[in-house]
Amino acid sequence: MLSYVFRRAMQSVLVLLTVGLVAFSMFRFVGDPVENLLGQERTDADIERLREQLGLEDPFPIQYWEFLTRAVQGDLGISFRQGRPVVDIFIERLPATLELAFVSAAFAFLFGVLFGIYTSIRRKGFLTNVILTGSLIGVSLPTFLIGILLIYVFAVELGWLPSFGRGDVVQVGRWSTGFLTESGLKALVLPSLTLGLYQMTLIMRLVRSEMSEVLRQDYIRFARARGLSDRTIYFRHAVKNTLIPVITIAGLQLGSIIAFAIITETVFQWPGVGLLFIDSVQFVDIPVMAAYLMMISVMFVAINFIVDMLYLAIDPRLRDGKTSFS
Amino acid sequence: MKKIFFSTLCAIMAFAGTSHAETINWARAGDSLTLDPHAQNEGPTHTLAHQIYETLIMRDMTGAQVPNLATDWAPSPDNPNVWTFRLREGVTFHDGSEFDSEDVVFSFERAMTPDSDMKELLSSVKEVRANGKYGFEIETNGPNPVLPSNLNDIFIMDKGWTEENNTVEVQDFESGEETYASRNANGTGAYILTERVPDAKTVLEANPNYWGIGTFPLHVTKVNYTPIKNAATRVAALLSGEVDFIQDVPVQDLGRVDDDPNLKVLNAPQNRVIFFGMNMADDDLVSDDVEGANPLADRRVREAMNIAVNRDAIRQIVMRGQSIPAGIINPPFVNGYTDALDRIPAYDIDKAKSLMAEAGYGDGFTITLHCPNDRYINDEAICQAAVGMFAQIGITVNLDARPKAQHFPSIRNWETDFFLLGWGVPTYDSEYIFNFLVHTKTDKRGSWNGTRYSNPELDAKIVSLGSETNLATRNATIAEIWEEVQDEILYLPIHFQVLNWGMANRVETLVAPNDRAIFKYMELK
Repeated sequence: MLSYVFRRAMQSVLVLLTVGLVAFSMFRFVGDPVENLLGQERTDADIERLREQLGLEDPFPIQYWEFLTRAVQGDLGISFRQGRPVVDIFIERLPATLELAFVSAAFAFLFGVLFGIYTSIRRKGFLTNVILTGSLIGVSLPTFLIGILLIYVFAVELGWLPSFGRGDVVQVGRWSTGFLTESGLKALVLPSLTLGLYQMTLIMRLVRSEMSEVLRQDYIRFARARGLSDRTIYFRHAVKNTLIPVITIAGLQLGSIIAFAIITETVFQWPGVGLLFIDSVQFVDIPVMAAYLMMISVMFVAINFIVDMLYLAIDPRLRDGKTSFS
Repeated sequence: MKKIFFSTLCAIMAFAGTSHAETINWARAGDSLTLDPHAQNEGPTHTLAHQIYETLIMRDMTGAQVPNLATDWAPSPDNPNVWTFRLREGVTFHDGSEFDSEDVVFSFERAMTPDSDMKELLSSVKEVRANGKYGFEIETNGPNPVLPSNLNDIFIMDKGWTEENNTVEVQDFESGEETYASRNANGTGAYILTERVPDAKTVLEANPNYWGIGTFPLHVTKVNYTPIKNAATRVAALLSGEVDFIQDVPVQDLGRVDDDPNLKVLNAPQNRVIFFGMNMADDDLVSDDVEGANPLADRRVREAMNIAVNRDAIRQIVMRGQSIPAGIINPPFVNGYTDALDRIPAYDIDKAKSLMAEAGYGDGFTITLHCPNDRYINDEAICQAAVGMFAQIGITVNLDARPKAQHFPSIRNWETDFFLLGWGVPTYDSEYIFNFLVHTKTDKRGSWNGTRYSNPELDAKIVSLGSETNLATRNATIAEIWEEVQDEILYLPIHFQVLNWGMANRVETLVAPNDRAIFKYMELK
């Protein structure tokens, strides 16, 4: 078993290193950062001097190696665009993304489960049709369009909610939170709806099919035969069994909510790491791009590793060390 | 959840009733890159810096040069290589320390260090020195009659403040640390920086001790500046009243903003011209299908291309009326511009075809056009339109549109034979254009000359502009150079960009040709 854990950990590290290598080899196709760093009047001598200074003249495996050696010491370099340590920028930007992801995930889970249960109990009916059709639109429309539509309706036409930004934030240590002010909470509504809509639909459909499955099981039929009330059957017996796979999926989805907040953040000018990444790509801010990609891959690798370990704990067949994942 | 919605609703109702007549919420696409006024020579960065820091001389909202921290300036009567400046007295920095010639000398020297992005504008400077507490002199290598036009963005910092905060040097990437000045500011300007979160929020408040109180309107007492990258969101924020002023209204949304009874759009020609450049000197082109010859080297082909571009169609369809067709790559308010030079080539397909046939390309040829897609207004769409226009005279154009970070190096490294470029003229003088776009490519000049054009005679004339003190002679030389450039059809001008600023009706401002909103000039009704 220990060897399995070790092997799995090594695989994770290998995946990380490969992601980094691929990312670094891609950076030279993004363009030349020096173009953005120097003004229109730049001379060739300036360009050469700066390229030298930034280490851009080195072949990319060497640049990658230097990035790695510094990264393990906690130094992610200096952002070309902002001239500040990347670590500081990430610490400043992460709370915005995490709060948005958290609210979206909570929204998606709560409403996904509610709607899922409702639509599986009332298989036909007006409200069910509305929910199902609405969710279909939610999945089919691209995120940026949903965001723009919400802005148009709630910010421009109704004037209820802000169209951009985080509102006023309160600094709690190094964490800036929008949860403590009214404008901060208002600002969260539209972006988290936009970001959570797809996940909500996913969870809803999952709950609906799982629950429908469960409701056909024998023990539910016996429960009915015993004369238990609908409420007891649905909420004491069926829902509990439905939620086990749903929670696993929802946990895995949290990672992608954080990673795919990029578009939502761009539409709503949400000052998180996703917006930072887009700005960095346009500016060819290599240190920030590298750090972001590494951060996201660390996150995904970690989530997958944890899930694998949990399966290992649950499933005794994996412990003999012979069975391999395929 | 219910509680949140309820409190949200209450908050909205409260919000709707209040208004602050003196606060301006300002948004544009990009943020300032740094507060260090010498670290980046870039539009949005300088626009913010101009509110906080000041220069000796600046351009006002009409584009005219006006005194700022210098009250007057003139060439020294004793030495043609020296410019003398009299500095404004009784000015203090935001932290209370006094402004004098020591700060000016320090700031100029700082702006001339290798890590400064402003040093090219001061490349002719030999030495800067104080002449008493409120006198300042710049000595150049040889006479420089147009030096003052290079000083509009050289900001003055407080020597004592930079020394105290260990930020005497401009940002350099080797040190691995950020500099104090990139996050903090202490200028003499009309507004004091009170809060800044890069990419998210910048707050400026009126400087109660500003020297210009009584001189400028100064109606705006607080500025909230937010970059909003997404154009649709930016316009939505203006329509919903969350922001009062945006600097870049996309052309497709102009109608919507203008139709809103509370909003207006003001426009003015921008100091930026858009044009095509061609490799006209190589013996053979890499990206064409003609073997052993360069069709673009033939003046007749260039002329045919020039009259095949339907500038009116580009203006009406691609730019939705928001451009001014151009016949010269020199914006109208720049010294050297004349209406005669700006005569727009008449669109004439038949003549173009016969010119092509005359040049031996009656069956046309194929070539690749490189175009940026994130730099100018509708840049890629302009190129797409041009592809169709060139096809009419038999030239099959393959369009390769890419981000500016890839596009610009290929022009400078001579890796493209046919490209779109835009050019702004910060000095408002033709010499700037000649130095970068016409002069033979050397270490010092011609760095953006992607045409490979080289004319030693013309080069000599361009170099002479730098030290010619007789303005009449100098302007005559400029006219001669333009004559030659136009005659050779060195570039195919397309149009001058038009700036569109969207704002609430109560805001009164001129639209500055350099796209810089200066809030001390802004009036509120």
